[in-house]
Amino acid sequence: MPAAIDAVAALKARWAGVTDRPSLDHPAVNVPASDLLGVLRSLKEEHGFDMLTDVAGVDWAAGARPRFTVVYHVFSTSRHEYVRVAADCADDAAPELPSAAGLWPGADWHEREAFDMFGIRFAGHPDLRRILMWDGYPHFPLRKDFPLAGIETVLPDAEVVAETGTGAIAAPMAGGPFVAAQGGTNMGDAEPRAKDESWSERRPKPNS
Amino acid sequence: MVASNSELAYNSKIEGDVIVSRADAVINWIRSNSMWPMPMGLACCAIELMGVAASRFDIARFGAEVMRFSPKQADVMIVAGTVTYKMSSAVRRIYDQMLAPKWVIAMGACASTGGMYRSYAVLQGVDRILPVDVYVSGCPPRPEALLDALLKLQEKVKREPSASKLLSA
Repeated sequence: MPAAIDAVAALKARWAGVTDRPSLDHPAVNVPASDLLGVLRSLKEEHGFDMLTDVAGVDWAAGARPRFTVVYHVFSTSRHEYVRVAADCADDAAPELPSAAGLWPGADWHEREAFDMFGIRFAGHPDLRRILMWDGYPHFPLRKDFPLAGIETVLPDAEVVAETGTGAIAAPMAGGPFVAAQGGTNMGDAEPRAKDESWSERRPKPNS
Repeated sequence: MVASNSELAYNSKIEGDVIVSRADAVINWIRSNSMWPMPMGLACCAIELMGVAASRFDIARFGAEVMRFSPKQADVMIVAGTVTYKMSSAVRRIYDQMLAPKWVIAMGACASTGGMYRSYAVLQGVDRILPVDVYVSGCPPRPEALLDALLKLQEKVKREPSASKLLSA
């Protein structure tokens, strides 16, 4: 059976749009969205990459072109090799790619997560709902223009909202995010602390 | 067969078998020593909660006899772990299904304040949706800390005007 390098060479020979992608570890290719399903099917059925280990979304930045990329990692359980496949979304406002759930059922939840966090739609997905946030949540939290603290939002259960009068709030950051540092002999130095301790809830941020 | 005692006067036959007390004291004594927890285990604090329930620490010694997974049979909800916004509605609904009187212990930093999760997904303290009686610090708290919280809650229950509440309800 051919190795992962040969599989990539075969893909490049067959699809003109498939190009090498810089990679420090596994062979990787960039694939245009129109060829994505064909490439993934070929990897699965002709090159023995029978397992899809991850589907991950990337948001490069608000305003970047292309803004959204989806990265697939396929694995061969017989040869123990990975190939990485990356596909850019053509439309930055309404990113969309074909769904790989028909090839690997495992793609189902990965794609739901990418949709939930980045708002990337997968055409042909059997059940494209949010998977982590609740149905009806209006934002896509892992997009670069979404603040870590969150945005004030109404909670899904109207009865509970009426009873408690509470909602999702922007979390108090108090100089955060809090990050752990490399601790020396004193373990207290390793405790998570705010990067910028010049402000907190009581003392407002200077120059803001 | 025991006939109802209609004698109001002093009766030497039952001397020594009668205790005079206040209704509040009796009701609160019963309540505080049979508070069955509803284990709302949502994250790693739930592991410590299991430790509290198991033989080494044994919360049953303090009257919290068994964890009850049916809200109808539970008296004190122990919120142990990170409450996400998605889970918060379910937590509140389970609290609503518990029968009064009922109490809440917020176990650990996450349940008390959101803890280290200053994030878009996490409820910043379960007291935003529930009336919390006792907060336990720690990440996670030691089992002894939760036992102490239960004792603190028992002290609080013993100060409640239970009889007048029952009569006015």
